[in-house]
Amino acid sequence: MNKKLVSAVLCGTMIVGAACPVFAGVADGKKIALVGKSAGNAFFEIAAASYKETVEAEGGTVDVVYPEAATADAQIKVLDNLISQDYDAICISANDVNALQAKLEEAMDAGIKVSSFDSAPNADSRQVFVNQAGTQAVGQALMDAVLDISGGEGQWAILSATSQAANQNAWIDAMKSIMESDEKYSKLELVEVAYGDDEPQKSTDQTAALLQNYPDLKVICAPTTVGIAAAAKYLQDNESACKLTGLGLPSEMIEYTGADDAHSCPYFYLWDMQGLGKLSAYATIALANDEITGALDETFTAGDLGDYTITEADDGGTEIVLGLPLEFNSENIEEMAKLY
Amino acid sequence: MKEKSVLKKITGSREALLAVILILLFAIVTVISPSFLTPKSIMDMLKNNAVTMVMSLGMLCVMLVGGIDISIMSTLALSGMAIGMLLKYNHISNTFVAFVIALAIGAACGLVVGLVISRADVPPIIATMGFMYVYRAMGYLISNGGEWASAAALGSFKDFATTKILGMSCVIWVIIICYVLFFFFMKWTRTGRKIYAVGSNANAAEVSGINVKNIKLMVYVIMGILSGLGGALQVSVYASAMPDMQQGGEMDVIAACVIGGVSMSGGRGTVLGALLGSLILATIAKALPLVGFDALWQNTIKGVLILVVVVANVVLQRVADRSALKGREM
Repeated sequence: MNKKLVSAVLCGTMIVGAACPVFAGVADGKKIALVGKSAGNAFFEIAAASYKETVEAEGGTVDVVYPEAATADAQIKVLDNLISQDYDAICISANDVNALQAKLEEAMDAGIKVSSFDSAPNADSRQVFVNQAGTQAVGQALMDAVLDISGGEGQWAILSATSQAANQNAWIDAMKSIMESDEKYSKLELVEVAYGDDEPQKSTDQTAALLQNYPDLKVICAPTTVGIAAAAKYLQDNESACKLTGLGLPSEMIEYTGADDAHSCPYFYLWDMQGLGKLSAYATIALANDEITGALDETFTAGDLGDYTITEADDGGTEIVLGLPLEFNSENIEEMAKLY
Repeated sequence: MKEKSVLKKITGSREALLAVILILLFAIVTVISPSFLTPKSIMDMLKNNAVTMVMSLGMLCVMLVGGIDISIMSTLALSGMAIGMLLKYNHISNTFVAFVIALAIGAACGLVVGLVISRADVPPIIATMGFMYVYRAMGYLISNGGEWASAAALGSFKDFATTKILGMSCVIWVIIICYVLFFFFMKWTRTGRKIYAVGSNANAAEVSGINVKNIKLMVYVIMGILSGLGGALQVSVYASAMPDMQQGGEMDVIAACVIGGVSMSGGRGTVLGALLGSLILATIAKALPLVGFDALWQNTIKGVLILVVVVANVVLQRVADRSALKGREM
């Protein structure tokens, strides 16, 4: 506790310098509420557990509150209750971008600090949003995985969900532009973007077609959980030389993940929900301590995660980006499969 | 006597036509993509379409009595998810037991559907639409709200799909056994012929002493059992059980039957037709990504191909009917 405090203060003074005086890492006596979208979301619960653990380790208390239903109305009821109970800060995963604005402004007027992660309310309804890996970071991680697994050259393909899926297309576009921007990717040839519609059956057909049409294919990158599992099964059953990476769920991929030839997927990625919860916790504490206000370019220290700077978000507000997605490989998958 | 032989010839020619279409499809795809016509590729195709192929047999029976069942993929999800969860939490581990449980759940689902349709006289499309929601929701409920039973959780059950007997996957053997069984059942057993009788003319069948209600009940139970089998196959082939699996897949099963010449108004359709219909559909699904159409066009082309096959079938049927009539006048 003391050690952490000292190091945090040192880091804080070093980085922030002349800016506001900092006592980062201290959440003593702080009373924080974490509002989820609804109960029963496994992803959110991982982040929430990590959030609670972090704040409590710093001496604060966290109440994790879920609304009765996954609607903005139900969240407004929850917020009403919280505002009257003198919390220092509220962190929310919003069920609606705009509908919570009046309530959250009321909270901020009452002196409660409002932050968000997982799903952001609009820029006026929050002080800061903590974002998981940005589009570019996902593209970069996947592109580097393709480069690494292929050995630096050869044909590769993408197996996506549907051709209209916005997040999929954003990642694919990011990968394409990263591939063009750097000379080291010049020997990689993206032969096709196939769409498996997130159905195991269609994804299997598409994977088989990729292998039949491109016998020299070295890597398939599937940035979708259903697609990566179906492709992993097909490649592994057929003992294909083609390898796989992408975004997947550890519990779905545990059978297929390994660095040897018997496994089809050396490693893959997914959001770091524990990291997200932890960073959000430190961001909330920093807000509650008046260390940051959520303005652009402010910096703070998030415990052992290091230093973070507040940047501009796509919606015009501000955000803190966690960084690269988390890599799952033969070393950590057993453990992570219990979580995700 | 003469009339019967003419009828036989028509149904014969209908399937012959489908076989020609299938061979044509094979030829075209092979020319464009030679890797299509390899034993491995064909076996991949059969394995990947096992669910649709097996369930087409049930849909054949249902459509023969003039019914339809759009709850089948929800039954599949419920039974598949049930054994997935049982395996995941180590309540069972034996593959055979898992199959039996899936079939039993399917049969129970089909029985309830059949009772509502045959005893309460609810139109099949309405009744099965209701059960489509009910069974799908039950699938989500038993999955603790969306949990997956993944490869690692399925133990040795998933080996069923990768085990080969005489060079062919067990899944393909299941398809073959089902088709052989149904071929004999529909053609040469009394119960099989009763299904045709009820579908051709329910009143006449009733008068001739057939219990129409029980036959209707039976076809939905058969459909349910095959949906349960489909659930077990789905979980085994893809080594994962998800509550949303095969959502919308019932249309593929119905399409396979319609392509195969099964009449939507009952009474007409054969096991061979269902086989050819589902093979044509499977070939289209396998071929589209191989041939390399743009993703957005693939579903459009699939739809157009289905329509072309069905229209060609109907037109030729009409020509055959007309020439048959002409033959009678003379």
